[in-house]
Amino acid sequence: MDNSTATQKPLASTIAIRARNLNLWYGSFQALFDINLEIKQGMITSMIGPSGCGKSTILRSVDRINERLGYVRIEGAIEVLDQNIYAPEVELAQLRKQVGMVFQRPNPLPISLFDNIIFGHRIHRAPNEKYSKQDESDIVEAALRKVLLWDKVKDRLHSKATVGLSLEEQQKLCIARLLPVKPTVLLMDEPCSALDPKGTAAVEELIWELRGEYSILLVTHNMAQARRASEECIFLLMGRVVEHRETDQMFMSPSCQETANYIEGRYG
Amino acid sequence: MSGQHTDAALAENAGDSLDANWYIDKLFQGVMFVCGISAVLFVLGIFAFVFAEGAEFVIKTINWSQFLLSPRWAPTSDYNPTYGILALIAGTASITVLAMAVAVPFSLGAAIFIAEFAKGRTREVLKILIELLAAIPSVVWGFIGLAIMNPWIIETFDVPIGLNVLNCGLILGLMAAPIITSIAEDALKAVPDTYREASEALGASRWQTTARVVLPAAKNGLLAAVLLGVGRGFGETMAVLMASGHSINLPSSVFDSVRALTATIAAELGETAVGSEHYQALFTIGIFLFTITFIINMTADWIIRGSKKG
Repeated sequence: MDNSTATQKPLASTIAIRARNLNLWYGSFQALFDINLEIKQGMITSMIGPSGCGKSTILRSVDRINERLGYVRIEGAIEVLDQNIYAPEVELAQLRKQVGMVFQRPNPLPISLFDNIIFGHRIHRAPNEKYSKQDESDIVEAALRKVLLWDKVKDRLHSKATVGLSLEEQQKLCIARLLPVKPTVLLMDEPCSALDPKGTAAVEELIWELRGEYSILLVTHNMAQARRASEECIFLLMGRVVEHRETDQMFMSPSCQETANYIEGRYG
Repeated sequence: MSGQHTDAALAENAGDSLDANWYIDKLFQGVMFVCGISAVLFVLGIFAFVFAEGAEFVIKTINWSQFLLSPRWAPTSDYNPTYGILALIAGTASITVLAMAVAVPFSLGAAIFIAEFAKGRTREVLKILIELLAAIPSVVWGFIGLAIMNPWIIETFDVPIGLNVLNCGLILGLMAAPIITSIAEDALKAVPDTYREASEALGASRWQTTARVVLPAAKNGLLAAVLLGVGRGFGETMAVLMASGHSINLPSSVFDSVRALTATIAAELGETAVGSEHYQALFTIGIFLFTITFIINMTADWIIRGSKKG
């Protein structure tokens, strides 16, 4: 088993995300049924399953971005580091500081590259904390170095974020802008589905680098990606968890017939 | 066998309908083409007519420095007719500036509320109300200026006359507000939702998202909305004629009566001899107004195009 969590700051639990009897409705349509999950800290956990099985819904419930729709109803609980995020006293801003999200299509904000990276940090810093230009530059540089983008963009930090960046680089930028606020969990919703094979490989490599330091929940359509880039794997079908095991075991000897059928491409 | 049969029948039918459709298609293309270019022809026609009527004055009679710089507009003077539009420009400009000072904050605020914060029924009702506001005829606005604002201003500010820049600017601001609001709302709506989602996922509140992401992204569209509001202010005639006091004046405060370019044309054109110098001077004002609104609209259009490309 991966043991890199030991190098992390000490935490009370080794479970990063725990779902308890989670049921979710879009209007009158029930999308999730009694989801119970434990996502381990410092690991990459992938969620696979056919379209509409609820994997993105689970992901989008963990940072409560689902609520933007306005017609979502939830029962049960999701805990991030043992804190129920649906408890009334939880502040969305605090939750989203702890839980970062990477979307399917790279979505840099229409502001400069520098401002993109520092955006979250400016939102979350306490009003009495003062950061000089130099402090901010250091933060931006560290984040960009982490995603291996620094050398490429260091000379045009103040031009618009999308100018001259490939989709792969934009997606790395979207990962980099999560880092300055020091999240503990990263949610990734098919982060490579808009990328070509080379870009996919590069972003997967980056995600692999980030494990240990962050707990990563990765939704993917691509079973080969789940196999390559994750340590544990969850198979979902029709809004229910069918199987949750170590990735290698799941792909070698799935314990459920549905999982086996899906992995072998008989449907989905 | 049967497959071949249907294929042949299909081909034959397709041939027939293609012929009929081809003619219908051509016919409608022709009709649409005429409709499409008619708008352009009308605009060119109007411009040609206005310019033709004013041409003699522009080319021969005009004394440019007097026309643009003299505040004395005295076309009916017997021994010294003077055609200076400076006071009229000042009138139009002062009214428009005040109108924008009133309309822009309210309209942008309303647009932001409707596009970013209001939901469901509230949003629908607000949009309908704003369209309703845009549909009030300008003479009704003018009447409000005369009958309600005038006595109110006299009483509240203790001034001798309530038909002045303040009155007219407020009325014009209310008239321009719905246009600015609906265009600004379109500009905000055009900002992709993925930006808002990204920003909120980073922990920004609704308001932070609006201020730091949506407004910068929509700024060109918002600027264009304001410019079109300015164009509306410049072009409005009836309400301005009724509420401004219509006296030639370089205003020194908002309580001075002024006269606008448009109102001058409306009030005087019916009483001049066709082809006279006065008549031509009024058409020259028309050309001036046409040029300014044309420039404003083109700028707005250019800005909107730019924002779509970027």
